[in-house]
Amino acid sequence: MSQTVFAPWNDPDEKPLIRFQNVTKKFGEFVAIDDLSLDIYAQEFFALLGPSGCGKTTMMRMLAGFESPTSGRIELAGQDIAPVPPNKRAVNMMFQSYALFPHLSVWDNIAFGLRRDKMSKDAIEARVAEMLKLTRLEKFARRKPHQISGGQRQRVALARSLAKAPKLLLLDEPLGALDKKLRQDTQFELMDIQESTGTTFVIVTHDQEEAMTVASRVAVMDEGRVIQVATPAEIYEAPNSVYVADFIGDVNIIEARTKAVGEDKYHLDWAEGQAPLTAASAKSFSADQKAHLAIRPEKIRISTERPEDAPNALQGKVLDIAYLGNLSTYHVELPGGQVIKAQTANTRRIARRDITWEDPVWISWSATAGVLLAE
Amino acid sequence: MRRFALIAVPYLWLLALFLVPFLIVFKISLSDTALAIPPYTPTIKDGISALIAELDFENFTFLASDDLYWKAYLSSLRIALISTILTLIVGYPIAYGMARAPEEWRATLMMLVILPFWTSFLIRVYAWMGILSNEGLLNQLLMWTGVVAEPLQILNTNTAVYIGIVYTYLPFMILPIYAALDRLDESLNEAAEDLGCSRMQAFWLVTIPLSRNGIVAGSFLVFIPALGEFVIPSLLGGSGTLMIGKVLWEEFFNNRDWPVASAVAVILLLILIIPIILFQRNQQKQAEAEQ
Repeated sequence: MSQTVFAPWNDPDEKPLIRFQNVTKKFGEFVAIDDLSLDIYAQEFFALLGPSGCGKTTMMRMLAGFESPTSGRIELAGQDIAPVPPNKRAVNMMFQSYALFPHLSVWDNIAFGLRRDKMSKDAIEARVAEMLKLTRLEKFARRKPHQISGGQRQRVALARSLAKAPKLLLLDEPLGALDKKLRQDTQFELMDIQESTGTTFVIVTHDQEEAMTVASRVAVMDEGRVIQVATPAEIYEAPNSVYVADFIGDVNIIEARTKAVGEDKYHLDWAEGQAPLTAASAKSFSADQKAHLAIRPEKIRISTERPEDAPNALQGKVLDIAYLGNLSTYHVELPGGQVIKAQTANTRRIARRDITWEDPVWISWSATAGVLLAE
Repeated sequence: MRRFALIAVPYLWLLALFLVPFLIVFKISLSDTALAIPPYTPTIKDGISALIAELDFENFTFLASDDLYWKAYLSSLRIALISTILTLIVGYPIAYGMARAPEEWRATLMMLVILPFWTSFLIRVYAWMGILSNEGLLNQLLMWTGVVAEPLQILNTNTAVYIGIVYTYLPFMILPIYAALDRLDESLNEAAEDLGCSRMQAFWLVTIPLSRNGIVAGSFLVFIPALGEFVIPSLLGGSGTLMIGKVLWEEFFNNRDWPVASAVAVILLLILIIPIILFQRNQQKQAEAEQ
């Protein structure tokens, strides 16, 4: 089976659609964006992920033209966009508040941008009809924004920003105002629309699940800097720092000192009087270097008997059980007081669960289950 | 029950101080002038049947036949309309500036708009006489800077009346427009720009339509009192300034013709009812739109 994987970021000949070059943005003394460089490729669904105040919205507003960088250069398709005002950029934005014009109908909202382009009446009508169909809003064309539901408003905002067929669509927390179920449905809709229109999407979100679901690549940001840019799977499986590992999903962090034992293999001294842990790492660590072992809870097995083949096995006591329906997370307290989370799928009915509170248990994981991080 | 009492108080107040006086004025407008105290006939002393028998619409037909009166009405309408437009032109940018000012400044700016109300309206109009007269501050300044050689005749002209009305009623224009602009989401303008509008286009296509209710409310709040304005035209206007408020005053105090004066007042009220109803409908529509 041959399939071309969409990964323009791995192709050195590919020209990025957007290029941030050493961009810094200051508001007074406050540094919102700190010497940031980033490439985004055409047709990507790119997510800027980070806690509030990390600078992700500022990046988006610089792309839209509402802010200009204090220093550095932003290119769109090879052109420096600093001198281009927002109304002349082939970039459209979907606002967090949707910013629908309350005095105009759904139809007129979608036609708003097209009218500015001096398109013919017929062309506008055809394009609006196409957008209404794409977002399944045909029935609501004559309504005013306050006469439709939140989910419909979100689709109007999307239709309006897509109507001008921009090179780049910016989405600022587009699903923030929707409830969870609707949000999940809409995520898939967004992906479908992104694929069918072939537009490059840049989405800003603080919801890591959302970023993982929709994006081709995710940039994890903190305090005006990009910490890691990678595909969702890489971000999750191979975070480059404790910050990223901790920000995305649930993780156990074990602090230890390294000792090389053979190629790419390390022994970790993590607590006095305890046998060292074994971990594989492609990144090299010097002897007795401080390191953090990050392991996802679902990669840790929990059992009542000591597993025979596991390179890492520790005994502890069940402190707490978080029952999530499909999954259960066990909080296991080690003799040193450290709590490790282990997650298992609930393949059996809950009545047949053989581990309960205060039970002595064994937790175990393989050498490759965790990631060894320097910082 | 308590709610009823709460509503009853203002309604009784309006009944006693608006409806009853209006009925008295209406009755006088149907009477004839007489050399007596009070200066009209018939009065309630003549008995109810004689009273009703002698009332007629003579004064209203007189108003229609003498062109002084309808010219005064038309002139008032014109002056009120022009001053409303001028107040809007002056007031809108002020309201816009206030709404766009930093959050911490807005309360202060609002205070400054309301501040003139702390001084009597009459004193402020007198102060304008001091500014606009031939030897007034404005002319002194203009002559000192050499802009004009002779003092400008501003006081006692329609120009002075416009200045007076715009000055006096400006806060009534600013406040409703400010309220509308203050609620306007800044991202709407950004969205308009994002979709290809220049700043100016965004202003006309988004800001103006969305502050329409404020503009309409402010315009009525200026137009309605300006139409019957008496103090400003009589203090700042000249003999050529014809406004119905002044005519009314002269009928009452110079001609001592209470019945005709009352008829003038009744017609003025009828003219005012139209914009008041329109104003009410605007307020109602706005309330509905916000639900």
